[in-house]
Amino acid sequence: MNNFNILKPNKENLNSFILIGTFFITLSFIDIFSNTFLDLNITGFLPNFLSYFSPLIIGVFGLHLIRIEYSGNKFLDRINSSINSNFFNSVLTLFIIFVLIKYIPPILNWFIFDADFAGSTKQDCTSEGACWVFVKVWLKRFMYGMYPDAEQWRINIAFLILFVSIGFIFLLPQKFKKYIILYLLFIYPIIALNLISGGVFGLKWIETGAWGGLSLTLIVSAFALIFCFPVGMFLAMGRRSDLPAIRYCSIGFIELWRGVPLITVLFMSAVMFPMFLPDGTFMDKLMRVIIAITLFEAAYMAEVIRGGLQALPRGQYDAGKSLGMGYWRLHFLIILPQALKLVIPGIANTFLALVKDTPLIFVVGLLELAGMIGLAKTNPKWLGMAAEGYVFAGLVFWVICYAMSRYSQNLEKKLSTER
Amino acid sequence: MNLKNPKILIPQIITVISLISVIAYFAFNAQVNMGNRGISFGYGFLSQEASFDIGFSLIDYDGSMSYARAFLVGLLNTLLVSVIGIFFATLIGVTVGIGRLSSNYLIAKTAEIYVEIFRNIPLLLQLFFWYYAALRALPLPENAINIFDVSYLTVKGWYVPKFIWTNFSVFLISILASIIAIIFVVKYAKKKREEIGQHVPTFSISFGILILFPLITFLVGGVTLNFQIPVLSQMTTTVFNFKGGVSIIPELISLAIALSMYTATFIAENVRAGILGVTKGQKEAAASIGLTKSQILKLVVMPQALRIIIPPTTNQYLNLTKNSSLAAAIAYPDIVLVFAGTALMQTGRAVEIISITMGTYLLISLSISMFMNWYNKSVAIKEK
Amino acid sequence: MIKSLKNMILIGIASLALVACSQQGGGGNSKKSKTLENTKKAGFVKCGVSQGLPGFSNADASGNWTGIDVDVCRAVAAAVLGDADKVKYTPLSAKERFTALTSGEIDILSRNTTWTLSRDADIGLTFVGVNFYDGQGFMVRKNSGIDSVKDFKSGISACTNTGTTTELNMRDFFNSNNISYEPIAFEKADEVVQAYDAGRCDTYTTDKSGLAAQRTKMSNPDEHKVLPETISKEPLGPVVRQGDSVWEDIVRWSLNVMIEAEEYGVDSSNASSLKDSENPQIKRLVGTEGELGAAFGLDNEWSLRIIEQVGNYGEIYEKHIASTGIMPDRGPNELWTKGGILYVAPAR
Repeated sequence: MNNFNILKPNKENLNSFILIGTFFITLSFIDIFSNTFLDLNITGFLPNFLSYFSPLIIGVFGLHLIRIEYSGNKFLDRINSSINSNFFNSVLTLFIIFVLIKYIPPILNWFIFDADFAGSTKQDCTSEGACWVFVKVWLKRFMYGMYPDAEQWRINIAFLILFVSIGFIFLLPQKFKKYIILYLLFIYPIIALNLISGGVFGLKWIETGAWGGLSLTLIVSAFALIFCFPVGMFLAMGRRSDLPAIRYCSIGFIELWRGVPLITVLFMSAVMFPMFLPDGTFMDKLMRVIIAITLFEAAYMAEVIRGGLQALPRGQYDAGKSLGMGYWRLHFLIILPQALKLVIPGIANTFLALVKDTPLIFVVGLLELAGMIGLAKTNPKWLGMAAEGYVFAGLVFWVICYAMSRYSQNLEKKLSTER
Repeated sequence: MNLKNPKILIPQIITVISLISVIAYFAFNAQVNMGNRGISFGYGFLSQEASFDIGFSLIDYDGSMSYARAFLVGLLNTLLVSVIGIFFATLIGVTVGIGRLSSNYLIAKTAEIYVEIFRNIPLLLQLFFWYYAALRALPLPENAINIFDVSYLTVKGWYVPKFIWTNFSVFLISILASIIAIIFVVKYAKKKREEIGQHVPTFSISFGILILFPLITFLVGGVTLNFQIPVLSQMTTTVFNFKGGVSIIPELISLAIALSMYTATFIAENVRAGILGVTKGQKEAAASIGLTKSQILKLVVMPQALRIIIPPTTNQYLNLTKNSSLAAAIAYPDIVLVFAGTALMQTGRAVEIISITMGTYLLISLSISMFMNWYNKSVAIKEK
Repeated sequence: MIKSLKNMILIGIASLALVACSQQGGGGNSKKSKTLENTKKAGFVKCGVSQGLPGFSNADASGNWTGIDVDVCRAVAAAVLGDADKVKYTPLSAKERFTALTSGEIDILSRNTTWTLSRDADIGLTFVGVNFYDGQGFMVRKNSGIDSVKDFKSGISACTNTGTTTELNMRDFFNSNNISYEPIAFEKADEVVQAYDAGRCDTYTTDKSGLAAQRTKMSNPDEHKVLPETISKEPLGPVVRQGDSVWEDIVRWSLNVMIEAEEYGVDSSNASSLKDSENPQIKRLVGTEGELGAAFGLDNEWSLRIIEQVGNYGEIYEKHIASTGIMPDRGPNELWTKGGILYVAPAR
């Protein structure tokens, strides 16, 4: 045992250091476990401050002892290079682990183990955990709003058609993709609108005030996306146009909508816009809101598409012009297909932002998912369920948004290798 | 380009005509509608008495002041929460962004999980969670969470000591003077470094100046600082409140937290992209001339990374300012709630008020855009 | 040449726009009522109500609306369309209620709205009557030790709805009593209730009827009490657009006949049997004497339908406000002959 300085771990006394270090680390883990699960404070004899942080102190000391560079032990080296490379890192590592140990079990308890799943009234929620009965009872309302139960199949069918059509886009060969997209842009909205609001073919008329819940979120997002796309395209082309009047109009329009928050735009559509219509006519509130959101997102979409248009090499424009193509032919046949492909990730991001922005429509009285939860939590029979409601909504949105962002990241990777 | 070419002229004329006719149509309808209802259009209402109080204000305000003053209060509140949000979002964002690049697996994974969670939940829901679930669970004043006996956390707000200054202007001048001195020191250090390669410890000197100058004002400038600590007082048998000190309302706290944590995710991604965007060759070249890891970060990586980081981050700052309008959903008196909410409902002047509100936000975003353009031009790589 | 042509066109457009902008709006309507025609064409009355206030306008789980505000619209529907159920209810927040009315989205706003000068004169609306005389009050916890508004101390925090008369009255009250207070104003009534319930504010203030109704939505209704003082006048009533005087009259007199019916003892059960009554006023109310309906362009049984299908004021009050426990004591909302202040012009 030469050069054995407890404070300076070195390779010669490798085994002893590992032994003592592991001992300390294990001690710290025992401390934190007993603290959390057994409510037992091993280091209670120390003053308050020290005993609270004792697992951390002991653990860090233990990690310090095993921090031996190039020890020859593969496992030890991996740990030392990654989580134990210096003092700061070891403190952070242990801190994170201990926080997880301390707080994950109670959260899991609240979520799953102590939660109530069975029952149909608030009285069935007897335990300390989350009252998922609330979500279960109100689920239909959260999904469909005030839409009558008997007619909910119509919304389901409308969305089924949408997903199937989108699925076809990927499966069909290149020739037919154009037609599917045109169909989605022009024909599908009419079909869906008639299906959901009714009034034709013997379907019962459901006014838009009754639409709500997650289906309203998706309806608003889908319609806004479908319509903001062409508008954004024209705006982007207008901004890059050589004609000054068109260029300045486009710039003004884009900057105007990008510079104001969505909430003021929604207020404008709900409170100010009716003034601008002739006496006696008034537009359905949902339609006003969708128009407002469409114009708002079109401005952002225009910037994204403009990025794509700018990224194309000038050669493309020149080649098209040399073939004698006019402005519109040039753009629709050559420029736009390439530019759009470049910015598909940007478009996906804009759509993601759109979905995340739709909960705002509750400020003008349209009860989508967040609004429905607000309504449910103030129902006298279900007071005090704010946490469960918003956690549920958060989960739903997180799943949707995470799936979309993963998809767009994959898309980005796939498309970037193509070039 | 031949301006006389009808192909170029006609589309423009058509566009301009359609635009003007659309605007004229709306204006005409508005005129007719307002005439029918007996409403007049005008901004004169701004000087009328507001008759409503605002719960949180940075300047003196009570209901006997004009709507214009109420607008100012709302604007200041918006700017306040935006500045606080920007500060913390940057702090958290930079930390998380750098953490994502750490070689420590746990830290990198934790940062990644943070970003993925908070980026994919709508801001409104996060705000609702913080306000309705988290901050509502705080205790009543009589059971307040005690922070070292000077500050108290309750459901009614966070009570902190009030700073009572005398001769505050002297203190302010000293801070200004120290900033000017630091600028000179930095210039001097840069000159020395470029001329003879001497390294002047600017950070320690600046730090010293920043501490020293204000300290001197305490000793000789006649500046004193007293604290008024909030004290629990009983109003009735069960109603308690804190007297003295400053109360930070939970609406402000929850809005600031939600905005910071949400925007921090985007800033973290920007920071990560920026640091990754510095080509590896730079780091290797710096290492080969003998710079230490922290020197590489400070002198080589960060300046180049900043060029990539700052434009999208400024965009995020703008988004944060616009997102602060969500204050209308919880009762934080920002512009939207005070002006486009209460004032609008009391006066009924929808068109005027909403146009002013939108105009204000437009002004803020255009100024930040212009600043951004100037910055981009000034740091653009001047290639040979 | 093209340049001057362009200039000419631009000047032409600009002058057109100027002309359009400077034109004054059209005047009021002629004797015919556009709203009445539109209502008859649509087949239902467009009624703006609250987003859920028990006793005034509240929807149950199946979407049926009840309340005294709802009954005003039902009375108009019975008079104009013959069926009290032909009403479309639009729940409105405090912010959009007036715009919805001025824009034509609704034709009657029956949403416990306080009648004030600025609302009547300044924003193009007309109040047509009062269906509930109320006043603003304060609610506190029973164990707070506050028994009267005189016990309020400086530093108190008060929750209320934003954009309402309560916000302004609260300020007047606290200022005149030199109490410094912290106002917290939410847009939705439910949020105010929650904030007060959680302890964010020490007192909750709104119309006393609202206090009573919202107390049912608290986690422990018995823990709260309404202080006895009333700090303002809040006459609540229906509102219509300015400029359609016939429609105004229809709504005003629909409300008035309900009150007058109670004065003369006519209710939903005995209205048709009183067609041969001795009292000429009763005969006018049930439509067997006089041509009152013609004044609005309606038939003569308009008031009979109202009384039969909706009821007189006493019945309405009893059904929605007294028997639900919100305000069993009618207070000022009693006939003038019985000590209250309900005194309406005679329908003759």
